[in-house]
Amino acid sequence: MASAAELRALTRLHVREMAARLRAGHFTARELAEAHLALAHAQDRALNAWASFDDERALAAAEAADLRLAGAHAAASAGEKVAPAGLPPLLGIPVALKDLVVTRGRPSTAGSRILEGFVGPYDAHIAERLDEAGAVVLGKTNMDEFAMGSSTEHSAWGPTSNPWDLDRVPGGSSGGSAAAVAAFHAPVAIGTDTGGSIRQPASLTGTVGLRPTYGRVSRYGIVAFASSLDQVGPFGRDVRDAAALLQAVAGHDERDATSAPLPVPDYPAELPDPDDEAAALLRGVRLGLPREYFVKGMEPGVEAAVRSAVRALESAGAEIVDVSLPHTDYGLATYYIIAPAEASANLARYDGIRYGHAVRDGDVLANYLATRGSGFGAEAKRRIMLGTYALSAGYYDAYYVKALKVRTLIKGDFDRAFAGADGQPPVDALVAPTSPTVAFPLGARLADPVAMYLSDACTLPVNVAGLCGLSVPCGLSEGLPVGLQFIGRAFDEGRLFRLGRAYEAITATADWRRLEPTDLPKLDDPATPTPAERTARLVRR
Amino acid sequence: MTSAAATPMSARYETVIGIEIHVQLKTASKMFCRCPTDIEGAPPNSRTCPICLGLPGTLPVANRRAVELVLETGMALEAEIVPVTRWDRKNYFYPDLPKGYQISQYELPLTRNGRLAFETSEGPVTVGIRRAHLEEDTARLVHAADPGGRRVSLVDFNRSGMPLMEIVTEPDLRTPEQARRYAEELRLLLRAIGASDAEMEQGQMRVEANVSIRPVGEAAFGTRAEVKNMNSFRSVERAIAYEVERQERVLDAGEPLVQETRGWDDDRGVTYTMRIKEGSDDYRYFPEPDLPPLRADPAWLEEIRGRLPELPAARRGRYTAGLGLSPYDARVIVADAGATALFEETLAAAGGLGLAGVTPKLVANWVSGEYLRLAKQATGEEVELAESAGAAARVRPEELARLIGLVADGSLSGTSAKQVFERHFTAGEPVEAIVTDLGLTQISDRDALAAAVEDVIAANAAAVADYRAGRQQALGFLVGQVMRATRGRANAALVAELLRGGLDDGGTTG
Repeated sequence: MASAAELRALTRLHVREMAARLRAGHFTARELAEAHLALAHAQDRALNAWASFDDERALAAAEAADLRLAGAHAAASAGEKVAPAGLPPLLGIPVALKDLVVTRGRPSTAGSRILEGFVGPYDAHIAERLDEAGAVVLGKTNMDEFAMGSSTEHSAWGPTSNPWDLDRVPGGSSGGSAAAVAAFHAPVAIGTDTGGSIRQPASLTGTVGLRPTYGRVSRYGIVAFASSLDQVGPFGRDVRDAAALLQAVAGHDERDATSAPLPVPDYPAELPDPDDEAAALLRGVRLGLPREYFVKGMEPGVEAAVRSAVRALESAGAEIVDVSLPHTDYGLATYYIIAPAEASANLARYDGIRYGHAVRDGDVLANYLATRGSGFGAEAKRRIMLGTYALSAGYYDAYYVKALKVRTLIKGDFDRAFAGADGQPPVDALVAPTSPTVAFPLGARLADPVAMYLSDACTLPVNVAGLCGLSVPCGLSEGLPVGLQFIGRAFDEGRLFRLGRAYEAITATADWRRLEPTDLPKLDDPATPTPAERTARLVRR
Repeated sequence: MTSAAATPMSARYETVIGIEIHVQLKTASKMFCRCPTDIEGAPPNSRTCPICLGLPGTLPVANRRAVELVLETGMALEAEIVPVTRWDRKNYFYPDLPKGYQISQYELPLTRNGRLAFETSEGPVTVGIRRAHLEEDTARLVHAADPGGRRVSLVDFNRSGMPLMEIVTEPDLRTPEQARRYAEELRLLLRAIGASDAEMEQGQMRVEANVSIRPVGEAAFGTRAEVKNMNSFRSVERAIAYEVERQERVLDAGEPLVQETRGWDDDRGVTYTMRIKEGSDDYRYFPEPDLPPLRADPAWLEEIRGRLPELPAARRGRYTAGLGLSPYDARVIVADAGATALFEETLAAAGGLGLAGVTPKLVANWVSGEYLRLAKQATGEEVELAESAGAAARVRPEELARLIGLVADGSLSGTSAKQVFERHFTAGEPVEAIVTDLGLTQISDRDALAAAVEDVIAANAAAVADYRAGRQQALGFLVGQVMRATRGRANAALVAELLRGGLDDGGTTG
C-alpha cells in the first residue's frame, strides 16, 4: 500500500505527465491504477462520485499496458525503431466512464433503478476505442437518472458531493465524472452533454469539459436520453488532458447513422506546451460576447469572474465584439419540448420484460405500471409525461412542431454570429458564462424543477443548435469555481481547445489556479456523512 | 350458405374495399441491424443482437437493400418517388415491441400515388396505390404453458426488426374477387422484382382488408371493419364476401355497425370481433432522431430503375401480342415463376437446337398443360398458383424442347410424349433415353403397319361395313384399334391413310 503522499503525488499528474513517466519507467500502469482506485475508494463514502468500480478489469488493463510498455522498451533497446513515443497517448492512463456507457459484462444503470442488474452484452463504440488506446477504465460514475438533471441529485444511488464544498452539488448530469476528476480519482473522465451535462458540472467543479459537435463522437452504446441532443465528451483537469481524451474517442462510426464521416484533427498536437506560445494563439482572434447570456438571476460574482476573463482575453490580443443571439430566451422552452419528447420514446423500452428492474403484478398492463412506476424516479417520470403530452394528437403541432421551428431560429442566431450579419463582423467563436451560478447547496433546487432547469440556460442553446462548447475554469466566486464557456462552429472543437489552452496560459499565474478543491474529504473517514445524509440535514434546516 | 365466390352482391349496397399488405422483404440482413433474415424454422431468439432486442444504447442503421426494394416496387407500381423521405417513431407499448416504438414511415413514405392494373372475371380493374413504405417487424409472441401447467407468454425476437414493406391501396376495390386478384397480381409483381417471396402461409405477405358497405348512390363511406388473419388468397376472397354479407345483415336488421378489427376463422368460414376501436389510436408519431432523412440521389434512382425486370402485365402482353399465345396460356404461365422460366428457357433451347417446329404455342401448351398439371400434383391439390419453381428445376428446358420437336416432326405420338414427359418430370432422365428405353419411337413405316391394318380390317367386319355404308366415324374406331395393337406407337395419320386405302380398294376380305 502506497503512502498517502505517494498516492497524492501520482494522482495530481496530468495525462501527458503520466504518459511520459510511464514511458520513462518511473512507475507502472498498475501502480498508477492502484493509486487512483485507492483514492477513489477511500473518498467514496464522502463523495459518492462512483456508481460502480471495476478494480479487477482496471488492473488487468493496467498490466496489459505495462506489457506493451515493456515490449516497446525491449524493442527500443534492441535498436528497433519502435520508440516508446510511438505508443498510444492514453496507454495505461486511468479513465472514468459515466454510468450510461454500456460495457460488456459490466453494469450500466444510467443512475436509474429501472436498469438495476442490467449487465451489458456489448461494448459501446467509445469503450472499444478506449480499449484499443490502452486506457484503464476504473469504473462508472454517478449521474442524474438518464442524464436528466443539473445536480446529480436525481440518481437512484444517491447524490454526489462537490469536492470544493461537500454540502454542495457538483452539477449534473455528469456530476460523478466531474467530481471524480476534480477529486483526482481519475485524470480524465467521459461524460455526456444533452443540455449542458458536461459543461455545467465542469464549471461547478473547476474542471475542463467539452461538449463536442453533434455527430463528432459515436453514440453507439450510450444509453439514450434525447437522441438529437446527446453527445459524448471529455472532462479533464486541463485543456490538453480533455483534448487527449476526445482524440481517443472521436470519429465516424457506421453503427451511429448520425455520426459525421469527417476526419478528426490531431487536437493535442495543436496545443502548445509553452505558455507564451499558447497565449500567442489569441492574436487576431475575434470573439463574440452574446449579451443575452448574462441572464437574469446570474450571480454577481459569476458575472464579475466571466467579465474579468473576457478582459484578460482582450488584453492578450483577442478582439471582443458584442453580439446578439435574439432567440436565446426561447432555448429553454424549446429544449424542454424536444428533449422530453425524444426521452418519452427512448425510455419506453424499459418495461421489465427482458432486463433490469421488473415487478410482476398481474397482466401485461399491470406489470408495466408496477415496473415503470417503481423503477423510474420523479424527474424521469416528469419528463416522460412532458414528452408524451407534447407528442399527443392535438398538441403535436402546437408544441413539438413549433419547437422544431424555434430550433431552426436558434440555430440561425448562431449562424449569423459566425458568418457576420447586421453590421457585425464574423466571429471565430463566442465567449460566455457556462453556468449563471456557482455550485448550489444539496437539496436547494430539488423542490423547484424550473429553478433547476435554469442552471442550463447558457449551455442548452449549444445543444439545440448542434454546436460545440468548452467550459474552462476562470476563477472563484465565494470560494467556488466559475466556468468560462467558448462556443464554436460545428466541428470546430480544435479551435475551442486552442482558445481554452490560450486562456490557461494567460492566467497561468493567477492565485486561483494554484488552489486544489477546498473540501477534499479525509480518506476512509467513517464519521464523514454521505451526500445523502448531508442533503437530509440541509433540507431539514 | 353459398360459396364465397358465388355470393351475389346486394343490389342495394355498394361494397368499398381498401387493402393493406405487409410484405417481408427479401434482404440478407434485418432492417436496422446485421442479423440474418433466415428466421423460418430457426430456434427461438437465435437471430437476434443487441439492436433488434432494443437493448439500451443501441442505434439503428437503415438497410440500403430494403430501401432499394421499396423504390423498385414503387417504380413498378408507377408511384411517385419522394425525393427526401424520413423515418418516424410509432409509439406504443407491447411485449413484442422491444423499443416501445416501431421505426416506420408516417408523413413521408418512400413512394406514393401509384396504381396497379389486373384482370378479373368481369374485366380489367386498376386500383390506386396510396403509399408504399418501409418499417420494421415486431417480435412474435408464443402463448404456451410452463412445466407447472400455468399459461405463459413467450417472446421470440427472431422476427423483431425484419424488414417490412407496407403497401396501402385507395378504397377503390368493389368486390371480393377484385381484392383477391389485386393481391395475386401484387404478389406476382413482388416476385418478378425479387422484393419478396410473399408466401402468405409463412407470413411473408399479410393481407388486411378494410371493408365497408354503403347504400348505392351514397357518397360517404360506411363504418368499416378491418379484417385480418387471412392466410391464403382464397381466404381473402371468402373473408371479404362473408364480411360484406354480415354487414348487410346488420344494416338490414336496422342495427348500427361498429368500427372494429375482425379476424377471419378459415375453418368456420366467419369473421369475429378481435378489437373494438374506441376513437383513433394515438401513436404519437414523431421523426426518428437516430436516423437522418434519406435523400434519393437521381443517379441511384436511375440505376434502380434500370434494374427493373419485365413486369407481369408487360410479359402477358408480349406473350399474347408478340408470341401469339392465348390469353389463358399467357395468364397461367406468367402467374407461375417456374412455368414462366420453363417457357422462356424451352423456347430459347429450341432456338439453340435449331428446332424450327417447336413454336411458342406448342411450348405454351406443354407448360400450361402437362407441366403445371404435374407440378400441382407434386405440391398438393390445395395450392392456388402452382408453386412449381422446385419442379421446374427438375425439368430441363432443352429436353422439353427435344420432346416437343419429336412430336412436331412425327417421330413420337402425343400420347407417348406425355408418358415420356411424366418420366422426365419425375426421374429427370434425358428424353432420348426414355424414348429408347420404353421403345416408343413412332412407327411411320408403311410396311411395318400394313400387317396390323390388315388384321384390324379382318377382325372388325361390322365397322368395315359401317364405313363402307358411309359412316366416317367408323374409321376413327378402326384407327383406334390399330393404335391399340401397336401400343400407341403407330403414326395415326399414316394408319388412317392405310385404312382408307385398304377399305376403298374393296379390300382383301371382299
